[in-house]
Amino acid sequence: MSLRTALLFAASLLCARAGAGEIPPSERRSGYDLMSRETRAMQDDDATNPGMLWVLDGETLWNRKAGAADRACSDCHGDARESMKAVAARYPAFDAALGRPVNLEQRINMCRSKRQKAPPLAFESRELLALAAYVARQSRGLPINITIDARTRPFLEAGREAFFRRQGQLNLACAQCHDDHWSGKLAGSPITQAHPTGYPLYRLEWQGLGSLERRLRGCLTGVRAESYPYGAPELVNLELYLMWRANGMRMETPAVRP
Amino acid sequence: MARAVVTVPARATRGEIVEVKTLAQHPMETGFRRTQTGELIPRDIIRRFTCTYNGTEVYRVELHPAMSANPLIAFSTIAAETGTLAFQWVGDNGYSVTETASISVE
Repeated sequence: MSLRTALLFAASLLCARAGAGEIPPSERRSGYDLMSRETRAMQDDDATNPGMLWVLDGETLWNRKAGAADRACSDCHGDARESMKAVAARYPAFDAALGRPVNLEQRINMCRSKRQKAPPLAFESRELLALAAYVARQSRGLPINITIDARTRPFLEAGREAFFRRQGQLNLACAQCHDDHWSGKLAGSPITQAHPTGYPLYRLEWQGLGSLERRLRGCLTGVRAESYPYGAPELVNLELYLMWRANGMRMETPAVRP
Repeated sequence: MARAVVTVPARATRGEIVEVKTLAQHPMETGFRRTQTGELIPRDIIRRFTCTYNGTEVYRVELHPAMSANPLIAFSTIAAETGTLAFQWVGDNGYSVTETASISVE
């Protein structure tokens, strides 16, 4: 074997190794980089990004009084453009009362029931998505910033374990597509690296805005696994792992995806 | 909530071709889908979109099923004089949304 062949062989071994593990930081790509020029243009311009319709609704809801306490979000939090800056970039976050991480939608609902004395909004309802989109919009362009401490580590590990666990009738783990084959295609569409940079996002397939949990449930159904209900700790753990995995990447909410 | 967003350049020079972008919030239910129990979901779409520039119609679209939800309609017009562009979306179930934007032409 010539030196050149040996080097090539070693390089291919390295590539294979890299392909079978977690994605190195320099190789990370947002779903934005893998989609078409037209869809990117749609996301970039607030005049054409349909997610902005939800953001505007969210702004209205933020200032609307609700519940028995007759308070609006803005009565406590003030101007969201200041108070909610970079907040969505650190969710799911640990809640001391529950003793586990909660995602942004759950936090909004906890605030509703505790402070506003209002009934919680249903998951994927127009109002909850609008509020989440409005809050997350205030983090657009800022890096995802999940900090892991002793309290959240077990949940992160549970999320990581779920990401690498084969499941469903197709016996597939998340990692097999999103770590090992992200440069490939599935049914003509690019497989992404599963970085949740733009949620809640407008998906053209959905013809509407949807949360990360909706996406995860869709993926679970796709591998013919039984999905978890919205708000299930298993889904939040997976969200925590995915957000942690995307640490440092820029938020894009409201993103547009095919 | 029925919301629409229009984007028109605030100022333009006379005779310039300006781009107008509009986004209307609407589910655009085709009328061909069924529920899980087999009942037909009634059609609920925007039927007509018009834009008038100082009272003169400059753009009109008739919409049919198979248009996407939250339709984005972009078109161009010639900046003739300072004034107002008025937009109207009309559809099934009494849907009607109006929006205006002003343009200053030098």
